[in-house]
This record gives sequence, structure tokens and C-alpha cells, in this order.
Amino acid sequence: MDKLLKLLQENARFSNERLAAMLGTTEQDVAERIEKYEKEGIIKGYQVLVNYDKLRPEHVTAIIELKVTPKRNLGFEEIARTIMMYDEVESVYLMSGGYDLSVRVTAKDFKDVAMFVSHRLAILDSVLSTATHFILSRYKENGVIMYDEPEDERGVTLL
Amino acid sequence: MTPVDYDSILSKKAKDIKPSGIRRYFDVANEMEGVISLGIGEPDFKTPWVIRKAGMDSLAQGKTQYSANSGLADLRVEITNYMARRFGLVYHPQDEVVVTVGGSEAIDICIRTVLDNGDEVLIPEPCFVCYAPIVTLSGGKAVAIPTKAENKFRLTAQELREKITDRTKLLILPYPNNPTGAVMRREDLEEIAAVLREHNILVLSDEIYAELTYNGRHVSIASLPGMRERCVVINGFSKAYAMTGWRLGFAAGPAPIIQQMLKIHQYAIMCAPTTSQYAAIQALKNCDDDIQMMVDEYNIRRRFLVDGFRRMGLSCFEPEGAFYVFPSIKSTGLSSDEFCEQLLHAQRVAVIPGTAFGASGEGHVRVSYAYSLKHLDEALKRIQRFIESLTPVKAGKTASHVL
Repeated sequence: MDKLLKLLQENARFSNERLAAMLGTTEQDVAERIEKYEKEGIIKGYQVLVNYDKLRPEHVTAIIELKVTPKRNLGFEEIARTIMMYDEVESVYLMSGGYDLSVRVTAKDFKDVAMFVSHRLAILDSVLSTATHFILSRYKENGVIMYDEPEDERGVTLL
Repeated sequence: MTPVDYDSILSKKAKDIKPSGIRRYFDVANEMEGVISLGIGEPDFKTPWVIRKAGMDSLAQGKTQYSANSGLADLRVEITNYMARRFGLVYHPQDEVVVTVGGSEAIDICIRTVLDNGDEVLIPEPCFVCYAPIVTLSGGKAVAIPTKAENKFRLTAQELREKITDRTKLLILPYPNNPTGAVMRREDLEEIAAVLREHNILVLSDEIYAELTYNGRHVSIASLPGMRERCVVINGFSKAYAMTGWRLGFAAGPAPIIQQMLKIHQYAIMCAPTTSQYAAIQALKNCDDDIQMMVDEYNIRRRFLVDGFRRMGLSCFEPEGAFYVFPSIKSTGLSSDEFCEQLLHAQRVAVIPGTAFGASGEGHVRVSYAYSLKHLDEALKRIQRFIESLTPVKAGKTASHVL
């Protein structure tokens, strides 16, 4: 991947000035490249990475596996579009393998997730079955280590 | 019973070695809460997985014996392949390579192999701290050649020529350089080589940072015409492959020198750690891409720091190798020691005074970028606050420029 994208993925708040220095180019070049990425839809937005494990009041996240019957002509698209409209849905993926759609949901507690699955998902026509997996602990999210990093054990050397 | 009189038992040579000047400073730093260190001189990357796996596999297979004194035959072959592939240097694996316990041991046995009492060794400074003490222990005399910031800390032919005497036997060439990050380009090396060809002087070329260069590939002085026979090239796995703890390096050079070094190595060490040697074979065979990945990452951090220091108004020579920047702190009016001491107490950032690497390091500090960008970013912010607190009037200007 392009180094600029990688740096932005690591920290989207780096200023263009800083990015230009790190990449050995001009600020204008960085600005132009970012604009191009945005126009092409390669950069879709800039978000904050929240560590839900530390957020109070607590939140729960679940990954729900769905088996669905694809609609004639529309495939999986229609059902995916329906599901992604709900605010509590963070991501929807079409999967290969043992099930069809993977849906990630964050809500305020277990009951909320359970209600969402039974009242919103299970009732949909084409949904054949659901399997809900709750996330118990977050170790790494989008490439960022979420727990407190271990202490640097390297000693000072003049080597 | 007669009490032991340590003073009369201990050798004068050992007692005369000065303990590292920064020990006390880092003892203080370690006691303080919330200190950010930029003092470390080893990679923050882990050894690439395939290399670690190769070490583990060799243990699982019970390969726990000594190896040949000069190192595993397969490893020596891979080392010569590597030297040819990366630096255009051709050596015979049978008698021109010795595998050592880190580059450090190679430096030690090379110096011991060359020196008789009173022989002189030329050492460009600022530099890594081990050369002079080893020279002294070997009965030689360390002769510093101070290099200058205006020459980008490169050794010049004139500086070299001025220090050569009838007793000069060895020139240490520590490039890419710790602590300055300086490199010697081909044209710089050619001038040095021209001087050396007129003398009977050997070169110990310490190329441990050879893979970590940012403006073109490293050039070894041994690759210049007529220089191979005058050079012992020392390299290792610590910096290129992030393998510091494995303690593995090597020396390559003409057989008449390497064979003498091998005798000392044999009696002092026997052989380098076998597990590390098996891991190193894997490193040389399959890890050129891992080196590139680390170099790209270091390069981003290097530019980040140089840019950051210049923004603070510190003049900062652009380092082209290793993983250190060596900004000048002269504009603060403080000495290197004072700067480091005050920065530590005021903002809890630990950097190393340039004087730890020789008197010519005065006016500079060494900052390592073997750290994550996040870590470096926080450290720069603190250093910026420190600089502003020193020069309130001037800082007003810099601050608005930064934000």
C-alpha cells in the first residue's frame, strides 16, 4: 500500500506538513494526493478508534453470522442493504465459506443485541439462521493494539 | 591472613579504562517516573518470524553442539553470497570469513590481532565507544580524528593524512556512523583510499549499519581498487535483521589476517552461538524484504525527527544512515551535558550527550529513532516545550510557525 495511506491509517491527524516531511515531498503534493484519494473514494472518511473496553457506560459488540437465501437477480445485495440501514450495525460483509453475511453490531448491553437479532434480523424473509458471537475482549483493532502496551525492555546502550 | 589488596592485583590497563560517562545520568533517568527515552541503540522491531523459527527448529532438532571455530560452513557460504550480492565484495568462505559473537567481538579480535605495544590506531570521532578502550587494552594508542559537522561528519583525506605517523597501523572506519548518522559516499572513500594506498595501514571498516542507509546503497571501502587486501570488513545481524540479542556478527578479509584472528577467537570464544548461526542462515537466504520494510519505516521516522528539530530552530545535519539524528544544541547556549540534564529534569526526556562519543560531539545530542512514531511525536513535543522555556522571546516566533 502507498506509504501516505499507511501513515494516515496509523494516524489520520498527522498534518499535511508533517506528512510531507516524513515522505520527503511537498505539502502541496500531499494535499493533492489526499484529495485524489477522496475523490476516487479510496479514502472514505476519517474516524476515531474508540476503545469500547474502557468506555463507560459499557458497550457490547457482537459478530452475527447470517445464512440467507439470495434473491433472484439481486443476489445478496438487497438483504445486505436492508441490514446496513440500522444504526447499531457497524459493518456488513459478504463472506465465503460456512455462512453468507457477517454483521457487526455494537449496542449498550447483551439484551439490546439479543433484541436486535430476534426483532430485526431473524424476522427478515430471506434470513435462514443466525449465530451471535459476543466479543469478550479487544486486543487489536484496525491495526492498533488496544491494551496498554508492554514496557520497553531494551536497555540504554551506546552501541 | 593477609587481606586482599585489589588495587595492586587489578591491572593498570583495566583500572585506567574510564567508565561510561552517561551511566550516572541514566541511573537518574531510570529512577524518575514517566521518562521518555530516546537513548536506545537497538532496533524496536522483533527479529523476523522466519528467523526466530529457524533458531527454534535447530533447537528442536537437537543442534546444540559447538560449531566449527570459524562458524558453520553453510553460514560462511551464505555470508559470502550476501557480501557479493549486497556490496559487491568477494570472499572465500573457507579462509576469509570468521563468524563472531556480534560485531563487537570481531572488532576486539581484529584490533588484538594487529597491535603491538605502542602502535597507533586512528579513530574518527564522534563514534561508537568501544574502539579506544580495546586499543588501550591491546597496548596500543588510540588517536582520535575529530570530524566536523560542516563536513557532514565525514572523514577527509587531509584529516587522515595529518594523523598518520610511523607507528600508525590501523584506521577504524565507522560508517554509517553511530552517533552522527553520517555516511561516506564513494567519492569520499576514494580520497581516503588514495591516502591509504601509499601506506602500510590496515582498515577496520565497521559496517554494522550498512543496510540502514537512506540515500542510496552503502559503499564498502573494500570494494575500491586495491583496497580489499587492506581491509577487514566487519558486519553483523544485529541492526540489519533486528537480532541484537542473538549476538552474531562476522569479519571478512584477507586470509593472512582472518587466520590470525581465528586463533584468538578460538582461544577466547571457541565459536559463536550455534542456535544463532542456524537462524542467521535463514536471515541471509530469505530476509532481504524484511530489511527493506524496516529501512522504509526508519526512513519515515528519520525525516520526521529532522523536520521536527529544524522547526524548533535547532540546526540538524541530515543523517543518511544508522538510526540516529545528531542535532546541534549550540543555539541554546548549553553544553551537551547541561542540555541533557536539564531536559531530563524539566520535561523527562532522555537523550544522550554527544560528548559520550568523543570530545568532538560537544554541542550535539544523539537521538535514536528506534521507536514508534507515536513515541517520537510525544518526545518532540516535550523537547519543543523545553526549548521554548529556554528562549522565551525567540520561541514565540517558532511556536506560531509550528502550529
